[in-house]
Amino acid sequence: MKRRYEWELICMAIQTSINGKPVALSAEPDTPLLWVIREELGLTGTKFGCGIAACGACTVHVNGEPTRSCSVPVSEVAGKSITTIEGLKSADGTLHAVQKAWISAQVPQCGYCQSGQIMAAVALIKKTGSPSDAQIDEAMTNICRCGTYPRIRKAIHAATGQAAKAAKPAEGAA
Amino acid sequence: MADNTATEAQPATPTKRKGVKRRAFLIGGVAVVGAGLFGISIADSNAAKSAKARLESDGGHSFATWLKIGEDDSITIYSPHTDIGQGSNTGLAQMLAEELDAAWDQVRVVSAPAEPAFANVGLGRAFLADMTGQPAIINGIPQSFLSFIARQMNLQMTGGSTALRFTGRVTFQNVGAATRLALIETAAKRLDVPADELTTQDSHVIHAKSGRALRYGELAAEAATLSLDNAPKLKDPSQYRIMRQSIQRLDIPAKVDGSAQYGIDFSVPNMRVATIMAAPVRGGKLTSVDTAPALAVKGVEKVIKLDDAVAVVAKGYWPAISGLRALTPEFSDGGNGGISTASIFKAQDDLIAKGDADSTAGDGDVQAGLGAKPIEAEYQVPFLHHAMMEPFALTAYFKDGKLNIWGGMQDPLATKMMAVDVSGLDADDVTFHPMMIGGSFGRRLPMYMEIVGQVTKLAMQLPYPVKLIWSREEEVAQGAYRPQSSAALKASLTKEKRITAYRNDYAQPESAESETVFPYTLPAVSRRHFAHVSNQQTGAWRSVNSTQQGFYNESFMDELAHAAGEDPVVFRRNHLKAGSRHLRVLDEVAARSGWGSPLPAGTGRGVALVESFRTIVAQVIEASVGEDGMPKVHKVTTVVDAGSIVNPDAAMAQIEGGIIMGLSSAIGEAITLENGAVQQSNLADYPLLKMADTPLVMDIHFLNSGADMGGIGEPGVPPAAPALANALFAATGKRVRNLPILTQAKA
Repeated sequence: MKRRYEWELICMAIQTSINGKPVALSAEPDTPLLWVIREELGLTGTKFGCGIAACGACTVHVNGEPTRSCSVPVSEVAGKSITTIEGLKSADGTLHAVQKAWISAQVPQCGYCQSGQIMAAVALIKKTGSPSDAQIDEAMTNICRCGTYPRIRKAIHAATGQAAKAAKPAEGAA
Repeated sequence: MADNTATEAQPATPTKRKGVKRRAFLIGGVAVVGAGLFGISIADSNAAKSAKARLESDGGHSFATWLKIGEDDSITIYSPHTDIGQGSNTGLAQMLAEELDAAWDQVRVVSAPAEPAFANVGLGRAFLADMTGQPAIINGIPQSFLSFIARQMNLQMTGGSTALRFTGRVTFQNVGAATRLALIETAAKRLDVPADELTTQDSHVIHAKSGRALRYGELAAEAATLSLDNAPKLKDPSQYRIMRQSIQRLDIPAKVDGSAQYGIDFSVPNMRVATIMAAPVRGGKLTSVDTAPALAVKGVEKVIKLDDAVAVVAKGYWPAISGLRALTPEFSDGGNGGISTASIFKAQDDLIAKGDADSTAGDGDVQAGLGAKPIEAEYQVPFLHHAMMEPFALTAYFKDGKLNIWGGMQDPLATKMMAVDVSGLDADDVTFHPMMIGGSFGRRLPMYMEIVGQVTKLAMQLPYPVKLIWSREEEVAQGAYRPQSSAALKASLTKEKRITAYRNDYAQPESAESETVFPYTLPAVSRRHFAHVSNQQTGAWRSVNSTQQGFYNESFMDELAHAAGEDPVVFRRNHLKAGSRHLRVLDEVAARSGWGSPLPAGTGRGVALVESFRTIVAQVIEASVGEDGMPKVHKVTTVVDAGSIVNPDAAMAQIEGGIIMGLSSAIGEAITLENGAVQQSNLADYPLLKMADTPLVMDIHFLNSGADMGGIGEPGVPPAAPALANALFAATGKRVRNLPILTQAKA
């Protein structure tokens, strides 16, 4: 009897892949992906900001697409591949080029929105190669209350070899 | 000529309103007793012993509470401030490490325990000096007194742009220098050489003559037994190699890989998650709620009724918020159901019109100077929401008579004391564990942190740990807003285009005198505060009062310049004291911005000059109005004189962020009320500036005049709103007198 119950549970579970590892999720199907990532999987780098997909702090990649995980029921990601901020590093722990650029440009202040910003930037760069300012404006719609936008722009340019542009927004340091 | 700078202005008469004032709270207690440099080390010995034991429990040797040196040369600095991303912990460490001559790569900073022994003495001491302009008063008072009193007052606050300029300069630089002397004294004895033959570098004491060197780690145990010099000589800035460098911030690596643990990320086994809804009309109480619909949601375990709120406790946030949304709680309105944005403005205007001010500051005979036909303008600004990106989240667990709380607050010690009050437990039985903070901007100050009381009440009646998370909806509706405020300004001009008299009448809950400085030198000035309190909780919003006062004064100065038919920069120059820092900052921004050079049709330039927290910022904005009626900011040129700065790149980041926050609030932000309740519900109807609206060109320059160090976290905000409004006037001829601009663009 017990065995059969466990088997049913496994059948009910939502199968997906997080940061390259297959997982079976037990959450209720209507639970937003964000809360499954944070509370069931314990990956707290993905943040809760607004719950209505307005701020982007919860941005992850679903099959490579930047996705605001607070507004996607976990049932919709069955069989899909999810990447969170914790999955950006390579297997040996080396930071992604975008993460390195973020440190070089000293982007984060409070840092709370930055996982989402970085995930959005990585997706943008993957799609466009080296994004123009207009492409950055269009794609980078995540909110940063600390106002790190000029440095985010600079870091995206720097990560894509656009050094001259990267130097532009914040010149004149004492 | 009367001078209206901060130090010479007459202090405001106390407001009639009762209650604890922000700054009066700090000054009131400190002023009585005096000052101390070294935290508890020279205060009472029991507290000193227990703090020392606590810091040394995992090895190492403690100096003056704030510093520990390990046998392995590791250097741990205990910060009484909360680094909210402004880089203050890195800056504090730079200041201490500089005077200590520490090897920077061995330095780490941790939060000081939220215990009275680690109360922030430097803050209390310097607040007094800053506010009175007479540090001599406190210098003669025995040092041990202030330590004691600061601990009684539970000061561990971060705010007012104080970390580096007060704690850093008053405490940390001295602790570093004094510890260095103790290490030298120990080395002199051990090497049997005179102390003046020794030098220090990279955590070593060096005797060049004999080619010998000793590591700080091998000297620390003995040096920690010496008493510290309480007036050590500090380095000349020309010797600096850690301060004034753009050293990378220590907190950043953990913020790019998701490993940084904020309060909302905390978790313990068996923990439940709760969320809450307080009375939508502030002042109301919970009158009834049928708990069944929440309890029917899978995962919900309890519905807890508080006096003015209802909370749902569940296995996770999603069932908790789903349960809460299933409820239809009824709340009273506390008699506040008639309050609206319009009713507040009307009440404020009526108070100003009546003319019975609660406090008056300034100098000269303004009434006579204004004459029969002064120039007049009225301005209005709305409540503003802090919109810190991490919503309030605290975890609390009451077990075996002990209460533990984890999370991020701007004053860890006051958080603990509030939990002590609410729980009725002894202070020894309550521990607050400070964690990283996802933004604050003044929202997490102790005066307004009702979540501490809420989570304490929940934990005291639950058998398991509970994490209380506010939804964004709760965050927006239950703010500690920048006050909604109105002002009526009047001035008269001579034929020579000079102001003869200037009056600023403003209505809001508290006087703005502590935070704002009127930089112009005029024959007669009057600043009159009319106290108006609504049902809303208002508080410190980054740069405290300087945003609204900066907008009023710098908009009106612009109006006066145009009325006089004079260039706005020239007009301001003519009312600033020759040789003043203000004048230099203004001249610099005019030169760097290309003030006066031709612009494309439809684009205008506006200037503003605001001093706040002892830092002077002048700004020129180039802007136009788009086809949608929305302002478009093309270029922002900013010149800052903060006296001196500790970390140039971190300071630059603060000014950048301040400008963007200032533009954001000027263009789009407003909290409005109807029937006593906040109308906005989330970030969808509280628009914050995004990347696409951020000007591509933001030139920022620091003058570093060498004056006393000013703040850097807050002063970047205030000039943006008036500089933008003035630019739009130059572009369109239409004057913005009510914020946000978006509301008028739509109207």
